[in-house]
Amino acid sequence: MEISRHWRLQQQRYGLLGEKCNHCGEKLFPPRDVCPECTQDSQELYRFSGKGEVYSYSKVFDPPAGYEGTAPYTMALVKLEEGPLVTAQLTDVDNDIVEIGMLVEMVTRKLREDGNRGMLVYGYKFRPRLK
Amino acid sequence: MSTIQDVFVIGTGQTAVGEHWGISLRHLAWKAVKQALESSGLERPDAIFVGNILAPRISQQHNLGTLLADFCGFRGVEAITVEASGASGGAAVRQAMLALRSGEIGTALVVGVEKMTDKVGPEVTAALAAGADSDWELVQGVTAPAMAALIMRRYMHDYGVHRDEFSDFALNAHYNAQANVDAMFRNGLDLKQYVQAGIVASPVNIFDGAPDADGAAALVLSSEPGELRPGLSVRVASSSLVTHTLALHDRRDVLSFEAARLSAERAFQQAGITPDQIDLAELYDRFSIYAVLSLEACGFARRGEGWRLARNSGVGRNGQLPISTFGGLTARGNPGGATGVYQMVEVTRQLAGMAQDNQVAGAKWGLAQCLGSSGATAVTHILDGTNRN
Repeated sequence: MEISRHWRLQQQRYGLLGEKCNHCGEKLFPPRDVCPECTQDSQELYRFSGKGEVYSYSKVFDPPAGYEGTAPYTMALVKLEEGPLVTAQLTDVDNDIVEIGMLVEMVTRKLREDGNRGMLVYGYKFRPRLK
Repeated sequence: MSTIQDVFVIGTGQTAVGEHWGISLRHLAWKAVKQALESSGLERPDAIFVGNILAPRISQQHNLGTLLADFCGFRGVEAITVEASGASGGAAVRQAMLALRSGEIGTALVVGVEKMTDKVGPEVTAALAAGADSDWELVQGVTAPAMAALIMRRYMHDYGVHRDEFSDFALNAHYNAQANVDAMFRNGLDLKQYVQAGIVASPVNIFDGAPDADGAAALVLSSEPGELRPGLSVRVASSSLVTHTLALHDRRDVLSFEAARLSAERAFQQAGITPDQIDLAELYDRFSIYAVLSLEACGFARRGEGWRLARNSGVGRNGQLPISTFGGLTARGNPGGATGVYQMVEVTRQLAGMAQDNQVAGAKWGLAQCLGSSGATAVTHILDGTNRN
């Protein structure tokens, strides 16, 4: 059980809450204490729109423990409109029609489960953009 | 640079890579250590550096430094474990190099050991994936092959390369492994088998990826030259470890292994040679796309063109740049934290003319490079076999 570990990231996992660097303006997701661009440590919260496009993807047939239930699933690097890449699964889509450049939007879904009585971990996935 | 102490490889040892069901981690390590010590003539090293990734998770065993020092008969000797995901073996060599170059120790034993088959299936897949960023990659369900696949897909897209163009890397590795008695896959591979192979994480198929298995390799390093064969010593001409972003999504450019590029650049600078002088390279071909990006990062090929080097046997033993000369990770196998040490053993044996049927004729300069966490950590060593007395 890793309840606190997942709980403390709820703002990021459910709402794509990242940061904007007060020094160089870089938008950061996931949030960091030190801006990787200018190495300064002052940031303000910044909520990402959740819109982006598929930068790369892979259909995964050999899942790690905790993810067997949904395999095969499609992992993607999603390029957010605001700049950063995020690693996430695609959902609500036929795995075989995914392509680079496909427009997607963030939704909240179950990420993993630890057995029948274990914790469920929720977070962001991306689906084809509805409008 | 004259104040830096020279370092030589004076002994090598390794076990077969495979599923060693009947033997435990410590016994596996001892097999390689015994060989290395015997070949070097050294009785007791000043310090021991152990490369390992998964023992705390799979064997429920921390502190391999002390375990192995004790088990191998070296109570009282300084020993630690070095972990840097897939680069752990190279990182252990790097720590030994720092200690030797400083002059504080005169001899070092480096042991890479991995025992991963005590668990199987999704648990091992999860353990191996944990080199990725746990909070932001792992939780999403990534695996090591999936990370490679994300890079490979984008590479194919940006440079217009068909997936079958990657086959030459697997074919070369499997060909070379046939003559390596310590390799895991020794049956060879043909194009038809490659093209028809099952997909692990599209577009990565089972032959694009290395088999993860048990193994141990050991090196004895010394500040005094030792003869591996009469009249022949091998010097470690350079040693460099570089880090970059742990998470793939944090890279501005996912198609460039920046850590590998910088590490190779520094290694070439230290050795005072250029990429065209390298006679063979053991690169981190855990996935064929990694071989491609490593070739580009080390300056053996231009950006977007690493895949072309493998055409027409260009990376074969008689090619422009032999790689994976004993099968590489792809066919020798990938024993996790031992892999970087196997690479050093292999390059040493090539330069010492001890590679038997795998020998690259007249090899004088060799490069070994290993990577951790999808190229986030890179360790490069260049070995010098020109010192024939």
